[in-house]
Amino acid sequence: MFGRLSWAVIPFDQPIIMITVATVGVVLASVLGLVTVKGWWPYLWREWITSVDHKRIGVMYMILALVMLIRGFSDAIMMRTQQALAAGNAAGYLPPEHYDQVFSAHGTIMIFFMAMPFVIGLMNFAVPLQLGVRDVAFPVLNSVSFWLTAAGVLLINLSLFVGEFARTGWLAYPPLSELAYSPGVGVDYYLWSLQISGLGTLLSGINLTTTILKMRAPGMGYRRMPVFCWTALASNLLIVAAFPVLTATFAMLLLDRYCGFHFFTNDLGGSPMMYVSLIWIWGHPEVYILILPAFGVFSEVVATFSGRALFGYRSMVLATMAICVLSFMVWLHHFFTMGAGADVNAFFGIMTMIIAVPTGVKIFNWLFTLYGGRVRFTVPIYWTLGFMVTFVIGGMTGVLMAIPPADFVLHNSLFLIAHFHNVAIGGVVFGVMAGYTYWFPKAFGFKLNERIGKAVFWCWFFGFYLAFMPLYALGLMGATRRMQHYPDLHWQPLMLVALAGAGLILCGIILTGVQLAVSIRARGRNRDLTGDPWNGRTLEWSIPSPPPAWNFTHLPEVDRTDAYWAAKDGSGPALAHATDRPVAAVHVPRNTPTGVFVAFFAVVLGFALIWRIEWLAVIGLIGAAAVGLRQAWQKDREMIITADEVSEFERLNVRKPA
Amino acid sequence: MMLSSCGDGVLDPHGPIGLAERLILTDATAVMLAVVIPVIVLTLAFAWWFRAGNQRARYQPDWQYSGRIELIIWAIPALLIAFLGGMAWITSHDLDPPKPLVSKEAAVEIEVVSLDWRWLFIYPSQGIATVNQLTVPVGVPIHFRLTSTSVMNSFFIPQLGSQIYTMPGMTTQLNLQADQAGTYKGLSAQFSGDGFSDMHFALVVTSPAQFQQWLGETRARGGGLNQAVFAELARPSHATEPLSYGQVDPELFNTVASGKIATQWSAEEAR
Repeated sequence: MFGRLSWAVIPFDQPIIMITVATVGVVLASVLGLVTVKGWWPYLWREWITSVDHKRIGVMYMILALVMLIRGFSDAIMMRTQQALAAGNAAGYLPPEHYDQVFSAHGTIMIFFMAMPFVIGLMNFAVPLQLGVRDVAFPVLNSVSFWLTAAGVLLINLSLFVGEFARTGWLAYPPLSELAYSPGVGVDYYLWSLQISGLGTLLSGINLTTTILKMRAPGMGYRRMPVFCWTALASNLLIVAAFPVLTATFAMLLLDRYCGFHFFTNDLGGSPMMYVSLIWIWGHPEVYILILPAFGVFSEVVATFSGRALFGYRSMVLATMAICVLSFMVWLHHFFTMGAGADVNAFFGIMTMIIAVPTGVKIFNWLFTLYGGRVRFTVPIYWTLGFMVTFVIGGMTGVLMAIPPADFVLHNSLFLIAHFHNVAIGGVVFGVMAGYTYWFPKAFGFKLNERIGKAVFWCWFFGFYLAFMPLYALGLMGATRRMQHYPDLHWQPLMLVALAGAGLILCGIILTGVQLAVSIRARGRNRDLTGDPWNGRTLEWSIPSPPPAWNFTHLPEVDRTDAYWAAKDGSGPALAHATDRPVAAVHVPRNTPTGVFVAFFAVVLGFALIWRIEWLAVIGLIGAAAVGLRQAWQKDREMIITADEVSEFERLNVRKPA
Repeated sequence: MMLSSCGDGVLDPHGPIGLAERLILTDATAVMLAVVIPVIVLTLAFAWWFRAGNQRARYQPDWQYSGRIELIIWAIPALLIAFLGGMAWITSHDLDPPKPLVSKEAAVEIEVVSLDWRWLFIYPSQGIATVNQLTVPVGVPIHFRLTSTSVMNSFFIPQLGSQIYTMPGMTTQLNLQADQAGTYKGLSAQFSGDGFSDMHFALVVTSPAQFQQWLGETRARGGGLNQAVFAELARPSHATEPLSYGQVDPELFNTVASGKIATQWSAEEAR
């Protein structure tokens, strides 16, 4: 009746897990209780959960990402504590079967459920505004994408207390992830939560690609698009090209595990190495899916806060698209040590290095944008400067490991861990934090507290160096990744320093929460009445903060890059919506619960498949299909905002001059 | 302090492969630092000089193109990568793991099987085998052929250089040499399950005479490794103590490497 599910799968005997579950339960119950007592459910349902507004969906993506940052970081600090303790004969406090789940969950959650939703959230929020359009190409699909990601989040977190998570590392290499060596449900949790959220990501990629290619403001040719939109285009093209590979690879592993196939098994012609190749054909583009939009944020931030045009726009676009293409030609550098042969290794090593050329050009472009500017030292520029200083070090160690014989001694070492956190934290995290601070006033109509924002930056900045510079050294000392314990006592001091660094990053995460709370309380004083708090250059700053559901009352007409900047300093024509043209009624898509219902049934389906409950899987599948079909036959999908309502909004939101 | 604590890692190699790889690490890092350090300094310098309050800094809000600078900023990374790319091509071929080392001595053949979670070393020419302890003569090339019984591992002796994966149903090759007698750490660098952290072995490098003596002692100690004994050995175990066998089934490695011995872990063993 209930497949493999029974009371025995709940780890009552694990105090760490039970305390976590109790804490999460209490927090969740108090949040839900508060919402219920205050009677916020109708508002949340109407304005957020069923919303198809790209801005609201973008914000929800980012909230999800911040919550998952806490989860992923909890795993991180558990690992750092374990490694700080378990030297010599000490066993630490996490037994291998638990420690292995912790590092697998950390990687999976940070990449798929922290970095991805954060980046997608920023793109969702900012791209249509920068393009000067009213929404993404497929607003309902956008809601479905978000809720499928949330479904994946729910499933992966369920593994914490119903059953177990994968103990295979975040990419679940077979044969370890095959049924023969991972008979439990851990790998199934991994696979189904990523299949479901991966579908959401793919749909989101199609949506944003279509939006950028087909829906720009009148006059906005490709050469007039803001650089963030260019990087978003590159990133979403990569999603569209790479995520189907991930889905297919996981589908093959699922067939192995559920139906006795032999794609990646040791016997009957299976090839585990094939999986490694396939997963990295997705996996390497994935890192550029994350970093390219971060590069875009830095480009916007550095130009805005230097008060001048971005240096070398064409180089920047060319470099972005070069990285987009090259990212598909380097995947083998993840397994130089599998013995592919000198020609193959050298080819992929050199292709990898070539990516450093466009990336280096970008760094120089930002450098020359600072040159000749009037740099205002706000929080976003702190993140940007911190990024430029930190990322070049990560780039250098990356190129170092692209030399195959150097990788032969550094592969899988803590040096590698330090390298990819150097680019993931110094690049992606710094980038999304810059973007979060930069666009926050646009989303909510008030600025975040600057002083606490700078404290957050310094915690992350020094926290990163303290946590990961020791790992570079440990890697050179022969320390490998994923050790539950190690015999070498002389590694312990550096492990302790790394733990201190993680503690500093924890302060940064806590301060982010403090900053949010303080800023909300003081919102009256920090209100942005101009719509343009930073003296911005691109179209999103030409409309009120927060923008109305329809974004632009009149679609702007664009005749250059940075058209809003030109309109402000008088070198270009005024933008259409700043004029007194008559206001027309606006069609906007009607809110729909389709996304959240599809996701609900997707969770049911995923859970049923993980626990082998056939009848429940059928219900999940039919339910999701039925919701989709109902949406397809829905006739009344739009509503009209009358000209009077639009005029009223415009009258109430007369922009004060900056 | 940092350098001294790197004492037993990849920066303190004791063989030709490791030495060549350390040279690559230091040379490539030095060349790249020549660009990276100026970029870091210029970032901070430009940001500071062009701060909003500095009246002496020239404000050029519309300056966005300079052909000369564009040429330079594409050329610097391109030249750097051309140099490092050449280095990658040459060293990939020189240090390709299956490439035999040049030496007057004939290479010692060793067959490596990664078990769960131990290392089995078979000396096919000498007809002996050991577990979790590898003894080799100093100054003599060693030719490894490697495979795995179950999941992937990576065979790595940091102070000798290059690691290589062990994979089920496949054979990889590696050539190393130790130039100084002593005991070195060996380990698995690829996560392979719950016993992974204890997958260490000791590499003992002895004089050729001592090596011959050790071979004799191992043979005299007896014990045979055939398929039945191997099947027992291949069961998951957290045991770390070294074992030795005075006699080995000569076909054992090929049988394992061809994937003819199926393994799997029970729910208990996977735990």
